[in-house]
Amino acid sequence: MRARTDWNEKNMNLKDAHRIRDTVNSGEISAKEWADAALERIDAVDSDLGVFLTVEPESVRRRAEAVDRAVKGKSLPLAGVPVTVKDNISTRHLRTTCGSKILENYIPPYNATAIDLLEKAGAVVVGKANCDEFAMGSSTENSALRVTRNPYDPERVPGGSSGGSAVAVAAAITPVALGSETGGSVRQPASFCSVLGLKPTYGRVSRYGLVAFASSLDCIAPIANSPKDIALLLSVIAGRDDHDATSAPFEVPDYMLELQQSVRGMKLGVPREFFGEGLDPEVQAIIEAGIRNAESLGCEVQEVSLPHTKYAVSDYYIIAPAEASSNLARYDGVKYGYRSAEHDDLIDMYRKSRSRGFGPEVKRRIMLGTYALSSGYYDAYYGRAMKVRTLIKRDYDKAFEKVDALLSPVSPTPAFKIGEKTSDPLAMYLSDIYTVTANLAGIPALSLPCGFTKQGLPVGLQILTKQFQEGTLLRLAEGYMNAFPVSGPPIKY
Amino acid sequence: MAISRSEVLKIAELARLHFNEEELDAFTVQFQDLLDYIEQLKQVDVDAIEPTSHVSLTKEFEKHIFREDEVKPSLPVEESLANAPDPGSGHFRVPKVI
Repeated sequence: MRARTDWNEKNMNLKDAHRIRDTVNSGEISAKEWADAALERIDAVDSDLGVFLTVEPESVRRRAEAVDRAVKGKSLPLAGVPVTVKDNISTRHLRTTCGSKILENYIPPYNATAIDLLEKAGAVVVGKANCDEFAMGSSTENSALRVTRNPYDPERVPGGSSGGSAVAVAAAITPVALGSETGGSVRQPASFCSVLGLKPTYGRVSRYGLVAFASSLDCIAPIANSPKDIALLLSVIAGRDDHDATSAPFEVPDYMLELQQSVRGMKLGVPREFFGEGLDPEVQAIIEAGIRNAESLGCEVQEVSLPHTKYAVSDYYIIAPAEASSNLARYDGVKYGYRSAEHDDLIDMYRKSRSRGFGPEVKRRIMLGTYALSSGYYDAYYGRAMKVRTLIKRDYDKAFEKVDALLSPVSPTPAFKIGEKTSDPLAMYLSDIYTVTANLAGIPALSLPCGFTKQGLPVGLQILTKQFQEGTLLRLAEGYMNAFPVSGPPIKY
Repeated sequence: MAISRSEVLKIAELARLHFNEEELDAFTVQFQDLLDYIEQLKQVDVDAIEPTSHVSLTKEFEKHIFREDEVKPSLPVEESLANAPDPGSGHFRVPKVI
């Protein structure tokens, strides 16, 4: 892309949220200029990468001008920072589709709490990013509206479900983005696109306005190019919210301060169950090198065991669909969303609206969940799954008695080809093996760039820790990335 | 556990979903694969284990989840109806049920 000459002189690259807000706070570069730069990036690359579902340039510019007026005489934590938002997070008067035909024309009448907080901090939402329909998927291929491509290889998926958000950050369209996590939907695309993705502790960030998928697992999750920018974004969106009874009533620590602490002497565990059958040998070698790197920084590394890991995918694919089948009952063609014009009666209207509005993966999960909760099967499936969830959580509790954090792969393989796994849902589900347990246990976990395969595909390293210890993850990520920055092949976009 | 086409149809009815014949055939096979895989949970001894429906249901948390019952502003009726497929006279209209 050829950027404007004055933008080159001002070094307006859209990778670093800290720098952008400093230039806006100081008056050196305006929020409007940054918004224009982000909009120009969208014009230049979006037809190739397929990131955005909705962009309204005029309201983005108006919003940026409002930030420029607001910032005079004060300093805002995200002044003028362009942000991409996953399309399952409600934005007032800005179309929010969840990647679904059933919500193709839905305009939320209110903002998610996280969006209100971002805007109060001076951020400018530039557009809504593609995702798997209702965040159900691991490749963004389940979007009913668009195909999103991996900037490192356009024939490959960006990961999912927050694929659009991860690509927006990887391709420097916006320096940060919001995604959401139910079973790895930010960490896995972060890994596939060589950016950082943090799944916060369950309840650390309000879910109000995040369109519900599985309410006991869902989290809003930040994506960025550096631990510092993740810390900045998390500081803004974390905290108790009266609109979400499950948001945590605990104080938000100073993540920027925690991030500067030394990692020397930290105790790290490597769960042996995360290195078994199915792990691509090249990914394994990159992760093992990453673990040795962490050791060389003065961390003590030991092997630990999470014995119930092998049941995690089964457990997740009962619990998440069960909750989804209940949450998605609201799409009935009455209050919002698609309604089938032809129908025999009320029940038939529900049935036709839902059958035409939902895509195959969403239907599959509603069916699975309905089955797991149905009379006669509840105890055998959902009841049992909740007990196995307790065991998975206890595995982590035990591990964290010995170590401060765990290191592991994020995904068993690098980004796969578009279309490679779409006909085999189980194969797609199994690729979530290393990420779903953090959601089941409610603990925070982060994916950071660790290396590239010989083919030039990114591989992320996962760090997991105890509930509400996001600072530990950020500190480790900062120490690691300062010592071992990863550089891959240049992106063509 | 083997799942039959008629059971799949029954679940579809509960979920208010419709599948055509072709979809139903493909779906029954995929559903069977998933159930066969999920079956492995039966190997786990869960006899004395408490269920976890939600990770945040701790004592500390419960102290904070109650609030005063106060009237607060809510969305105006027009805004609430703005996305409705068939709004009318301040209501959501549905096909006749009686």
